[in-house]
Amino acid sequence: MIYTTSPIAIGLFLFFVSFVLFLSFYFAKKTKTSASYFAAGGTIHWAVNGIAFAGDYLSAASFLGICGMIAYYGFDGFLYSIGYLAGWVVALFVVAEPMKRLGKYTFTDALDSQFNSKSIQLLATISTLVVSICYLIPQMVGAGALVTPLLGLPHWVGVVMVGAIVIFIVATAGMTSTTYVQFIKGGLLIVFSTILSVYIFSNGINLKPHADYHEFKTIPVVVDENGEVSISDSEYAFADKTTVKDDTFVKLIKDSVPSWWKLKKDHLEETISIEKTTDGKVLFNGEPKEKGKFYSVGHASRIVVDGKEVEKSGHLGPGSFLSTIDNSEIVRFLPVKFKHNGNSVSLWQQTVTKGSKIMRPGLLFKIDGNSTFLQKLNFISLMLALFLGTAALPHILIRYYTVPSQKDARKSTIVAIAAIGFFYILTLYMGLGAMVNGVLDVESSNMSAPLLAKFFGVGLFSIISAIAFATVLGTVSGLIVAASGAVAHDLMDRFLAIKMTDTQKVRAGKLSAVVVGALAIMMGIIFKGVNVSFLVGLAFAVAASANLPAILMLLFWKGTTAKGIAASIFVGMTASLSIIALSPTMYEVYGLDPATAIIPLSNPGIISIPLSFITLVVVSIITKKDNSTKISAPV
Amino acid sequence: MLHGPAAKLGKDNASAVKSKLGLKLFAVYALIYAGFVVINMVDPNMMEMKIVAGLNLAVVYGFGLIILAIIMGIIYNGICTNCEDSMNKPEKNTEKGGEK
Repeated sequence: MIYTTSPIAIGLFLFFVSFVLFLSFYFAKKTKTSASYFAAGGTIHWAVNGIAFAGDYLSAASFLGICGMIAYYGFDGFLYSIGYLAGWVVALFVVAEPMKRLGKYTFTDALDSQFNSKSIQLLATISTLVVSICYLIPQMVGAGALVTPLLGLPHWVGVVMVGAIVIFIVATAGMTSTTYVQFIKGGLLIVFSTILSVYIFSNGINLKPHADYHEFKTIPVVVDENGEVSISDSEYAFADKTTVKDDTFVKLIKDSVPSWWKLKKDHLEETISIEKTTDGKVLFNGEPKEKGKFYSVGHASRIVVDGKEVEKSGHLGPGSFLSTIDNSEIVRFLPVKFKHNGNSVSLWQQTVTKGSKIMRPGLLFKIDGNSTFLQKLNFISLMLALFLGTAALPHILIRYYTVPSQKDARKSTIVAIAAIGFFYILTLYMGLGAMVNGVLDVESSNMSAPLLAKFFGVGLFSIISAIAFATVLGTVSGLIVAASGAVAHDLMDRFLAIKMTDTQKVRAGKLSAVVVGALAIMMGIIFKGVNVSFLVGLAFAVAASANLPAILMLLFWKGTTAKGIAASIFVGMTASLSIIALSPTMYEVYGLDPATAIIPLSNPGIISIPLSFITLVVVSIITKKDNSTKISAPV
Repeated sequence: MLHGPAAKLGKDNASAVKSKLGLKLFAVYALIYAGFVVINMVDPNMMEMKIVAGLNLAVVYGFGLIILAIIMGIIYNGICTNCEDSMNKPEKNTEKGGEK
């Protein structure tokens, strides 16, 4: 799609960035010690920390990715919201207070608190870096996706810009500035998502979402016994046809402009398409992008309110909005890719879907009667990783060290659950709102929520886009603090035992932040276009496999040994990464046939998490004599 | 706001009680969460069933899981705070910031 930039959007963006930089500069003067750099001195108020938790956690994946996934696949996207929130229950009931009690700056501190083991220090550092980088990639991809409509700049500029700002935030005042950026961003995100939802309810659902919405045509045709297609509309000339699986697509020409149509029983149905020709041109609905013929999509084809079919629903409430969609029919645009005369064709065909199917899982995750055992296993695996992943994310765990006490750690977690839970409920409304209001850009599901805001006005779009950008800044800052802590504190100070003064430790942390930030920029450019929520789901799987078994067994099994913890981190991390690398999803990324993937599972948790637990138990039993030097856990 | 050295924690006599309570509440929530996953696996059509105010089981169960987490969190915090107040003697207060 072609986006036009708005001066309000640019102004708000510049204001927000200036404010964030000022904040970082202000706190930089107060950040002199490693305690203040890595843990904000442990003096953050629990309520501030709770909202900062939300700001840290509600990443580009939550806001852009989940809303995008709901907009395209309905309730299946909301499964991520449910799983991500449920993960906080593990954090609150099992991990929060012990982590606060055992650790100092990083989660490695907590794991190693009873052992002083080099292998734990090294492997937990590597695990922190791997999980942080897996999580960083989607955030940077989200940043790039936002900058195009907001500022009219290319994807890579957005990624570099976010990287540079975040490096400044972290390298100046570490966890202190990061906390306040996350606090402000978390608060703004929740407030303006609520406002956006109110707009959705007020607008209701209309068969024609807006005045400029494209009227999708149908052309009557006759198909003879040889499969020859005769078109009744003389404006169009038949050019060619091709069959992909069970569907036939017809290429027509009108005024020298080609277009693709889906062949139904007795008519052709208009699609939208992007065709990359052999001579390097890219045609959007048959014409160059500048012609602006590639429109936004997504509408209801049948609206039922209180049992009656209507053209407009009128104002709806939070409950009636969901029940109206449930009773109606929505046109989704599903992608098809094929080669035609050497050209690469991507087209999106209209697919009428019953609201009752949209409002339950099944459109993305195949779990109905026709699904295979592996598809069901994939679903369980995802839900398991989401449930167990949150409490094992290093950038979340380090926030327990920014509050003064265990009680504050607990209370801030509850504030976080309330704020995050409320936001996640709103994601269902924002995603479904985008689905029916004709705002979807089929090239980027991640843009669904900001484009929905644009539908309600440039002002709201500008604010939502600036907040979405802040969302990326807040989460990336937290991830880089976690990664820099892992390098400077866990690796250099503890594992390598490099003698450093407190000032040198802070300097090492800042330098690490610059290096990790540069790496994140590179990754963000390489992974352009991948749905950010999916990528975060994988980061959760790695965290749940590598870190959670070690955390839980350390807390609840006295027989846990240092070698057991180190082995479980290693096995959990390598198993989850290997399964992901050999999965059908990654085969698609490699450009290979997903059906030939060595491992047919896309979500590794169901294998890698139990494997990590088993490894810890077996190795701990074998090495139990090592526990003679174990230090008692503090009470 | 001051950003001095990381806080030192004192002894918490309520630690074991809180830990057991946390595990019990975790088990309850995990079971309810597992129920959601199992229904989707075994009989996904059941998720279309209308439960209340035209909302189907998927929405009611999904929203319910989110709201339940908040309610259980508040209950857990209330019980933990009571335990800390009764089990940690004021004269043994060694921790700044409220932990007794």
